[in-house]
Amino acid sequence: MINKIISVVCAAILVVSSLSGCSQDLDGTLKRGDVLTVFNYGEYLEPEMLELFTRETGIEVKYEEASTPEEMYTKYKSGGISYDVLCTSDYMVQRLIEEGEAQKIDFSLMPNAANIGQRFWDMTKAFDPNNSYALPYFWGTIGILYDTTKVKGPVDSWDVLFNGDYAGDIIMQDSMRDTFMITLKYLKYSLNTDDEYEIREAGDVLKKQKPDVQAYLVDEARDEVVAGNAAMAVVYSGEAYLGKEFNPDLEYVIPKEGSNLWIDSWIITKNCTNTDAAMKFLDFLCRKDVAQADFEYIYYSTPNEAVIESMDEDLKNNPAVMPTDESLENCEVCTQFDPKVTELYYDLWKEIKAL
Amino acid sequence: MKSRGILGKIYIFLVMLFLYSPIAVLVVLSFNNSRSRVVWGGFTTKWYRVLIESKSIMEALGTTFILAILSALFASILGLFGAIGIYSMRRRNYRIMLFCTNIPLLNADIVTGIALLLWFVRFLPLGFSSVLLAHITFNIPYVILCILPKLKEMDVHQYEAALDLGAGEAYAFVHILIPHILPGVLSGFLMAVTMSMDDFVITYFTRGAGVNTLSTLIYGELRKGIKPEMYALSTILFFVVLILLILVNLPYERMFSKRTIKKKVNIEK
Amino acid sequence: MLRYTVRMSRLKGKDMNRKKGRLLAIPYIIWIAGFTIIPLIFILVKAVTDVNGSLTSANLFAIFDPLHRKALLMSLSVAFFSTLICILIAYPASIILRTSRITNKSIILFILILPMWMNFVLRIFAVQLLISNNGVLNYILTAVNLPPLKIINTPWAILLGMVYDYLPYMMLPVLNSVLSIPEDVIEAAQDLGSNRFRVLTHIIFPLSLGGIGSGIIMVFVPSMTEFVIANILGGGKIQLLGNIIEQEFTVTMDWNLGSGLSVSLMAFVLITSMIFGRNNEDTAAGISL
Repeated sequence: MINKIISVVCAAILVVSSLSGCSQDLDGTLKRGDVLTVFNYGEYLEPEMLELFTRETGIEVKYEEASTPEEMYTKYKSGGISYDVLCTSDYMVQRLIEEGEAQKIDFSLMPNAANIGQRFWDMTKAFDPNNSYALPYFWGTIGILYDTTKVKGPVDSWDVLFNGDYAGDIIMQDSMRDTFMITLKYLKYSLNTDDEYEIREAGDVLKKQKPDVQAYLVDEARDEVVAGNAAMAVVYSGEAYLGKEFNPDLEYVIPKEGSNLWIDSWIITKNCTNTDAAMKFLDFLCRKDVAQADFEYIYYSTPNEAVIESMDEDLKNNPAVMPTDESLENCEVCTQFDPKVTELYYDLWKEIKAL
Repeated sequence: MKSRGILGKIYIFLVMLFLYSPIAVLVVLSFNNSRSRVVWGGFTTKWYRVLIESKSIMEALGTTFILAILSALFASILGLFGAIGIYSMRRRNYRIMLFCTNIPLLNADIVTGIALLLWFVRFLPLGFSSVLLAHITFNIPYVILCILPKLKEMDVHQYEAALDLGAGEAYAFVHILIPHILPGVLSGFLMAVTMSMDDFVITYFTRGAGVNTLSTLIYGELRKGIKPEMYALSTILFFVVLILLILVNLPYERMFSKRTIKKKVNIEK
Repeated sequence: MLRYTVRMSRLKGKDMNRKKGRLLAIPYIIWIAGFTIIPLIFILVKAVTDVNGSLTSANLFAIFDPLHRKALLMSLSVAFFSTLICILIAYPASIILRTSRITNKSIILFILILPMWMNFVLRIFAVQLLISNNGVLNYILTAVNLPPLKIINTPWAILLGMVYDYLPYMMLPVLNSVLSIPEDVIEAAQDLGSNRFRVLTHIIFPLSLGGIGSGIIMVFVPSMTEFVIANILGGGKIQLLGNIIEQEFTVTMDWNLGSGLSVSLMAFVLITSMIFGRNNEDTAAGISL
């Protein structure tokens, strides 16, 4: 009898273990077909393109999203999930390259990479000096999206966020570096400053501003302004275009103090074993029809010349989609700090959020 | 006396209003042909179409159900044997085991989730299997705590009598013990399904790339801005739950009302 | 417990039987060891070490750090008030359901608990829709010439969300305990001359304490440790302990500090459960309806 019970128990254990075994197939850890784990920002790629890619190549895509570069970095580093390709912002790309987390890519093997304009490769050199790791994906600026029915007069300075006139009606980015850099710009410092005094001053300004802030959001910031829940929000340029589509009363401005010129790029991680599939994926994203679809999904500035050429004049002349050179005059590309400064940033950000 | 009854009814009504007005808003908005939260843009079912065509939502729905059923099933099996085993333990071990059983139940979800995450990253790639293991883990206590009272209620003599009369242990186990505790196993199973479907925090920490349950998917979508198809999803879920619960509770309810009728008759007598 | 010991002594003769029964628990014991105890040891080890792996107690006491003090106070007060409000809503409702002559009580009971089965995240979403600055509630308020309520992204919104989300978890055990008090007991008290009020305070209330205790655990513990509600209804402005722990794990990447805070949180939770849940099996019976 006892043997019977034990065998039943053993059978149950076996079933459990074999089940967790076959569910590993579901995870793609026991590779049956090609599987690619892709890590990207939220709302940053037309979902249908992923299906198209799978249909064309047979490579299955596991798609993960995060909202800030810091969140991405942590998720990547924690090692729970092994990402193959990821798209993140300039300074974070630099950090990953410097930490040896990126693989060199031979862009000459990707026919569609030629669609990326030379000036964007040059921009990328700020954080990838030899253009050997990062593939530009979208670029743009950070500015203020405001509701002209609620804000008096045209906005041209970061000052509106900090002077208390619109207390309770402001949405800030829930992203450490972005929020700090606009504050540094407001204080007329470089956004890449590693001067402790300047960074602390920015932190103090943000602490003082906190009671006036309605919310710290990332991807939902635009919708809140569109819905009329807030008068203004700090957003990335692409949000501005779509925001205006939904609500014509909205206006986007790059303040005169200057802003951040950001470039988000794809890298292949060092953990990626299937570089072939990863290259195929990146090449696919550069293809004109795909880049076009992605562009029309989010309306950030694309570095894909083929797409830019086929844009109609309205879009080309829209400063939110294609920033003019003069508006970019005071803008800087973000670069990575040394760990001590990053630590200071984290501490100050925590203090602001804990307030 | 009469006014008290009315006050009571008003009170219950207010509680219901509080509980259901947010849901009502969701249901109404799911048919609104406008992205706005307040402006009525005409009646539409397009969000339902968007919902059904959305691969990610449908996948999450599937994952949620598979996960709930599988985890509840394994939790029921493990919990059934566990409960019988614990029940036959001596007092001290009994208490120790009961305490351990209660850990995932009483511990904060966030602590359970993080503890499992820290442990899983050592040997298991995060994915469906890690979520399944986590769900089984937090489901077992519910099953055990549903079965134990049934075991306590059981008349041991019946089981012993069966043995004395020459029944084999296996026979007595299957024909006496199991039928007696089956209701407990069943309610444990149902509760495990419910808890698994409702869980967000533990799944959030233990899930891997591309594995989404409804909870984590909705959370992700909410953080990306207004998605009217979420209204549609809520509406469908609400009515599915409503219908399921009515079906599950029907026999119980009839019992319940019979009892209340009896009570009433007694009082009136 | 008494019944149990009596049964055990009866069973003494059947020692063999019990031994075999105990063997059945082996897979479960293995499971508990593997997925409950070991992970807890892991988190404990992380909590008492720093990044370099040397022993420290800093993470355990970080909860009292001035930086976290506000979150701690906020978590405690939000948890306290949401529990209190849930009791204040659920208890009268239970008493009314018991004493009044509402027909179809079981249907009302069903309706009161139904929202519990709707997805947890969706319930928060529903609240968010209702109370956002331009939401339905303010639309109605302005329509009747009342000033709009600006409660979204404030602690009040979080409190409201918690009460909404956890009310059914209070309702269920409280209703259960109040409705299961035998009518005979109350009749006996009335026969002995107790008035309604005395019946309530001396009979119903003491007999339903177990249910209230379970309810307190089921509301206080999650609301003390919650981070999703604060994330969605607090607009990233208000941080509870749960948010700080989540941030440590998902953004700042200080797993040691995150674990330390989790362990201190666990201590709070355990103390609460010890105070209110002396009979744990009641908790399960309460939720299982």
